[in-house]
Amino acid sequence: MAANKAAKEQKYDRQLRLWGDHGQEALENAHVCLVNATATGTEILKNLVLPGIGAFTIVDGHKVSGEDVGNNFFLSTNSIGKNRAQAATELLQELNSDVSGNFVEEVRAAGSYEMSQIWLDTCLRLGAVLWNAEVPFLVCRTYGLVGCMRLVVREHTVVESHPDNALEDLRLDQPFTELKNHIDSYDLDSMEKKDHSHTPWIIIVAKFLEKWYSEHNFQMPKNYKEKEAFRELLRQGILKNENGAPEDEENFDEAIKNVNTALNATKISSTVEDIFSCDLCDNITAQTPAFWVMARAVRDFVRDDGNGILPVRGTIPDMIADSEKFIKLQNVYGFSPPESISEQEIKMFCKNAAFLRVVRCRSLEEEYSIESVNKDEITSCMDNPDSEMVLYLMLRSIDRFYQQHSHYPGVYDYQVEEDISRLKVCVNSLLQEYGLSVSVKDDYIHEFCRCGSAEPHTVAAFLGGCAAQEAIKIITQQFVPFNNTFIYNAMTQTSATFQL
Amino acid sequence: MAVDEGHVACGGDWDGRWNHLKKFLERSGPFTLPDFEPGTETLQFLLETCKILVIGAGGLGCELLKNLALSGFRNIHVVDMDTIDISNLNRQFLFRSKDVGRPKAEVAAEFVNSRVPGCNVTPHCQKIQDFDESFYRKFHIIVCGLDSVIARRWMNGMLISLLNYENGVVDQSTIIPLIDGGTEGFKGNARVILPGMTACIDCTLELYPPQINFPMCTIASMPRLPEHCIEFARILQWPKEEPFGDGVSLDGDNPEHIQWVFMKAQERASEFNITGVTYRLTQGVVKRVIPAVASTNAVIAAACATEAFKIATSAYVTLNNYLVFSDVDGLYTYTFEAERKENCSACSQVPQDLQFSSSAKLQDVLQYLTESTSLQMKSPAITTTLQGKNKTLYLQTVASIEERTRPNLCKTLKELGLADGQELAVADVTTPQTVLFKLNFTS
Repeated sequence: MAANKAAKEQKYDRQLRLWGDHGQEALENAHVCLVNATATGTEILKNLVLPGIGAFTIVDGHKVSGEDVGNNFFLSTNSIGKNRAQAATELLQELNSDVSGNFVEEVRAAGSYEMSQIWLDTCLRLGAVLWNAEVPFLVCRTYGLVGCMRLVVREHTVVESHPDNALEDLRLDQPFTELKNHIDSYDLDSMEKKDHSHTPWIIIVAKFLEKWYSEHNFQMPKNYKEKEAFRELLRQGILKNENGAPEDEENFDEAIKNVNTALNATKISSTVEDIFSCDLCDNITAQTPAFWVMARAVRDFVRDDGNGILPVRGTIPDMIADSEKFIKLQNVYGFSPPESISEQEIKMFCKNAAFLRVVRCRSLEEEYSIESVNKDEITSCMDNPDSEMVLYLMLRSIDRFYQQHSHYPGVYDYQVEEDISRLKVCVNSLLQEYGLSVSVKDDYIHEFCRCGSAEPHTVAAFLGGCAAQEAIKIITQQFVPFNNTFIYNAMTQTSATFQL
Repeated sequence: MAVDEGHVACGGDWDGRWNHLKKFLERSGPFTLPDFEPGTETLQFLLETCKILVIGAGGLGCELLKNLALSGFRNIHVVDMDTIDISNLNRQFLFRSKDVGRPKAEVAAEFVNSRVPGCNVTPHCQKIQDFDESFYRKFHIIVCGLDSVIARRWMNGMLISLLNYENGVVDQSTIIPLIDGGTEGFKGNARVILPGMTACIDCTLELYPPQINFPMCTIASMPRLPEHCIEFARILQWPKEEPFGDGVSLDGDNPEHIQWVFMKAQERASEFNITGVTYRLTQGVVKRVIPAVASTNAVIAAACATEAFKIATSAYVTLNNYLVFSDVDGLYTYTFEAERKENCSACSQVPQDLQFSSSAKLQDVLQYLTESTSLQMKSPAITTTLQGKNKTLYLQTVASIEERTRPNLCKTLKELGLADGQELAVADVTTPQTVLFKLNFTS
């Protein structure tokens, strides 16, 4: 058992550094269902099986065709004619023995829900079932050189969003008591050079800020001119040698460099304010998810003890300083490993309080209904007729085409020309029905006939990578999922995300 | 055509196999390149003639081989000198635990050849530097899935060296397109390089952030972070204590070595009240581990392979020329045209300008070559022609020559007999060809 655990740690080492052991645990407890083992589907699963998802189940009533084997790495020629769910499960399972793979080959899946031949039909009906069951649903499709992904989840909360360039939480504008006392314990003027040069820049800025306050009516430097004046003040603080030339004090260089960001007012972002003003935060019941209970607790803290600001994050960046001064300062800010597990969760929440995110997607019903279609988003994007939005409209149109003609446009060589005009009719009826006064260039109608619903492997692979990572975000509750429609154009290697 | 249960004849295609590709090759379309001609010839070219080279059989390489094989490419070569490690298995899906220790190129080729009938991947378990122009010249397209900037620059330099110029204009038939992909955690990029025509690796060297090394004084006397403690054990204690024998250097892949560094780092950390030293962190610092997942590699390799398909078939306009991807917060891509640098040290064909005072020391020149962000050389060897004879001014990589030429470092350029306008030839691991510099005395 222990040997297995050690082997897993080694195997997953490179990803554990991204989502940690707790993220990995969430993955290993997850069970993902894939409907239709197309190239896109198996590519998504591959990227979930490799990192060690707990289990997967493929639901697919189709039989493997020669065409399928041509673009799908997880189907082989000896599976031609066999059930596709079963065939794909075998070759995907083989990727990682930690994962449990299952398949359902019946056309009528669990819950006596019949799979329609019509892709859109299946999506909408399945979407409704999953929306009610509160199961996250990711609809993925590769159509020619276009990839499309739609996330349908009612509400997804994220504590560990791992923001890329977060500003530090230094509280220099309103130092808390322990920080104030610690700053007071320093007397820069009486320090020897060694100590002076190895004092953390945070202390230096704090000290000079006090000087600044006494000359500027307790107002922080606000604009460029004032910040530059403050920087000059810092420069004057650098020790000078016998000849009056400034010594080499890297910590002062750091202080000067950080003036821009260190002197920003500590405040709560609008994203977090929105979270605090949610109904869910107000009405806490026994069923309320932990996220909202903790959010409420933090909100109460902010409004009472916190004087309108969040609990201190507790981390500081590395900086030129001797070990002792740095560690002391670090401890003042509160960096210390948590003890119990629930304390761990609360500390994690507080540490990330400034970066909480909530993602709420509209349902498919809302997207497709004439009353609630997001007209504004569609028409404003189409101001640029080559925006990825035109690809979305084309995907909606080819589904309309299928409903009328029982096949996708351009599937048969002899019908391509004819299908182009028929597809154009579908495009226009779609635009009219939804009241969208936009125009779709003929080139796109032509292209969507030309590709004849082909699913080139490289486009499926691109989407497979994207979709798998979004699923991992949902499962681990780390990093922020997209909201809610992602379109990839492999012709131009561009992409866009729309909230539809 | 009915297919027997079981084996298809090796190399034989089956009904419908290439349906997903044929739509793009046998039909005209509004977004194809002007020289695209719909028909069956392009597929034949892919299947029978096109020779494509994949550099690296790791995270990107495995994905690339799969993608190319399923896009009609059959004549594929792959170069990788590495062997399989257990930590590869979370994303390098052509390998299994039973393959640990075997050469990556070999196992990757075996797997793809077996899974994709008719595909012929030829492995080369060697360094890219083991091959010369005669090898690289044979390929129509080269796709890189490397994990080192130095190797990329070398490949870049190699393809530039294949170019023929006539009256200052590059002969297009000597251009081999280079598609380069790179990933790190949840970020990645893919670019298309037409050597001699579009921005090359060195044109945009500043895009690669320099490697972070902690200052020695921090490591030696003022540690603050657990990383400082680890570096102390690695850089200072190991050479001093030689815990596994005389001259035995630290092997990041040896768990016993890492364990030793870990224990020593912990001791140092407790001395300074620093928390956070873990085995995982130790390994990460010693091996300079870059976090990696399957999904990012899948995305970038897919983009690269799509471009390879476009270049080989003219079915669509190629990426012009750089794609950046991140899926930390939602999904983000940014596509732009990286510009050529007029005086690029790799592809501009003009001798690089070296501005120094005649009383500057050779050491100063050496420092410039290594520290300049646009050159970033590793251990340059400088030679010149004096009185009609080739003279090595300084060379680091051969101990005897290093010793002999070391005194030159302290001499001034004037003392070394160098004149204004003198040409210096510099060789370095970052390029297969020597780079020409022209000395410009400022005083």
